[in-house]
Amino acid sequence: MSKVIRNQLLQHISLEFKEFFREPGIIFWAILFPILMAWGLGIAFTQKGTLVKNVALVEMKGGAEQLMALKKNAEQELKVGVSAPTNWRIKFGTEEVGYTTYNFQPVSWEEALLLLKKGKTELIVESKPEGLNYHFDPMNPEAQLTYLQLVSAFDPDKQAGEPGKVVPLTQSGTRYIDFLIPGLLAMGVMMSCMWGISYSLIDKRVKKLLRRMVATPMKKSMFLWGQFLARLSLGFFEAGLLIAFALFYFDVVIEGDILALIVVFIAGNLAFTGLAILVSSRTSKPQVGNGMINAIVMPMMVMSGVFFSYHNFPDWAISFIQVLPLTLLADNIRSVFIEGAGLAEVGIPALILSAMGLVLSSVGLRIYKWY
Amino acid sequence: MIYRDCPWGIYWLILQAEAIAYTMIIQVTGVRKYFKEVKAVDGIDLSIPKGQYVALLGPNGAGKTTLVEMIEGIQQPDEGSIRIDGKSWKGNEDELHQLIGLSLQETRFIDKISVLETLQLFASFYSLEKSRIDEVLQLINLEEKRKTWVVNLSGGQRQRLALGLAILNRPEVLLLDEPTTGLDPTARREVWEILLRLKTELNTTMILTTHYMEEAAYLCEKIVIMDRGKILAEGSLQELLSKHVKGEVISFATNGHLAQNQIPQNGKVLKMIYNEDDHSGEIIVEELVNYLPQFLDLVKASGLQLTSLECRKMTLDDLFIAMTGRHINE
Repeated sequence: MSKVIRNQLLQHISLEFKEFFREPGIIFWAILFPILMAWGLGIAFTQKGTLVKNVALVEMKGGAEQLMALKKNAEQELKVGVSAPTNWRIKFGTEEVGYTTYNFQPVSWEEALLLLKKGKTELIVESKPEGLNYHFDPMNPEAQLTYLQLVSAFDPDKQAGEPGKVVPLTQSGTRYIDFLIPGLLAMGVMMSCMWGISYSLIDKRVKKLLRRMVATPMKKSMFLWGQFLARLSLGFFEAGLLIAFALFYFDVVIEGDILALIVVFIAGNLAFTGLAILVSSRTSKPQVGNGMINAIVMPMMVMSGVFFSYHNFPDWAISFIQVLPLTLLADNIRSVFIEGAGLAEVGIPALILSAMGLVLSSVGLRIYKWY
Repeated sequence: MIYRDCPWGIYWLILQAEAIAYTMIIQVTGVRKYFKEVKAVDGIDLSIPKGQYVALLGPNGAGKTTLVEMIEGIQQPDEGSIRIDGKSWKGNEDELHQLIGLSLQETRFIDKISVLETLQLFASFYSLEKSRIDEVLQLINLEEKRKTWVVNLSGGQRQRLALGLAILNRPEVLLLDEPTTGLDPTARREVWEILLRLKTELNTTMILTTHYMEEAAYLCEKIVIMDRGKILAEGSLQELLSKHVKGEVISFATNGHLAQNQIPQNGKVLKMIYNEDDHSGEIIVEELVNYLPQFLDLVKASGLQLTSLECRKMTLDDLFIAMTGRHINE
């Protein structure tokens, strides 16, 4: 008698693998795209290019003299270049902190307001015989920075911080890319599970394949474990490539315990597999599935600190954001990468993520539409 | 003890009936299934002995699929009972899943998975030996396509793959929902040949839904005609025709108006339809041989000429039209 084909689980896993690798589009979006994104964002936020900012300059009656004096002062005291007298620029900075060029545009007050409204400038300097006035939105951190730099150039006596005392942060772990890579890893887990598993399940339901399979003695549990394990191994593969790229190209360092990273990663996959099962439990319309996945994925991508810190959100929102699965995952991957966390630190969040996964999937299975 | 007060003769009859019920591999009793306003299946009884091929014949929406899916255990009846090999679905799922093989209407498999891989996946659900896959590949005539991805198969090849999955576990009961819909006549005939081989080789019992009369007539000993959730008639093709369909049909068209009252009505015409616009009609008569000469004489006497004339026996479609006013494959 020939060999019996017995292992359902392996069959399910190998099927998901084949489906994945036989679709060139998936390989690009799942593997190359995150790397490209890391590269693009990493370059964009780590290169020290010259930043050019526009400043609206409103010269009031009798303010010309004052302005000329200040220009001269800036030139002498701060040794910064001041160009042509009418439409002039000031270039700030050093090699380490990068350069910022302020482009002064002499305009009327009305024109200045219009520029501000259109977002073409963040700050208006008004020169009067008695001195300079700065107009800007105090809630805008960019404008605040511009203000501080200009104050230090024009009125050295009033300045809030001397430019010479700014210490640039170039240490590994404090760059944007160090913040970004763990975020992208967490996002990768979410995307892989939500699109990979939900879509695979909805697609099989649409094709009536799910219905066909449960009309056999197939074990449903094996089918779902197959989905999870296939995604998990693909996830390790995708994450491995992204980490390798980050290590070699951006010199990102994993300061904590690799084992802790693996534990958090698996827990994250469990949480999002649970969510994926819940999302795909009823619908047999790809469009509805699309919408539901987007509705879950998009807010988390924005709020959970993948691309930027969520600490700028109001306090009441932060306590909610912190319990989102993507936040838990991103924060803990990040703590392993940047803060050198180990199993002791990530243990409890990993348990919470796993528990989320189990609860969500059992709710999903309770209402699951196999037929 | 329930039968305590029965006369002996009746008791004996009940025992006989139970014995017959027991030999029936599929026993559907008083089954109903309603979806909101629609009575998909509206009180159906059906008994199928082992080894019989049965066709459920009817137009779309007749309730064929709902009935078959209830037998498959995919849907639950609102009322009535379904027993397969004496067992109901509840609590016997594993056993019955092993016993039956099925193909659903329009199942699609995963595009970039090969024929062989699809069969292997399903073989793993039944813990089948590898050699069975080769046997099935041969039976469904897809050996050469074993490495081809599903997406690259023709419609007929896909239907044969679906059939291959249905027979993979050597099922005693085969339930096929429109296995040849959308296929060209050659591809359809290939599926028929496979099914006939199963019948002779394995004594399989089969229920097949179709809206092709010739399929039902060619494959099945028993034909069940369904419409609007009810069984209209059942029996072998011969039984159905002799019991429900009397007469023969004359279809004709003339080059001018034929006054209907001139058409001989001497008690032998069962039914007559005449279309004034294109001067065509159908006359159903008891006996063609006696009636046709009279009809031809009439046409001649009216000074008209026949532009077409066709005489034939009644078919199941005529029967269906007579019962419902619609064509079976509408």
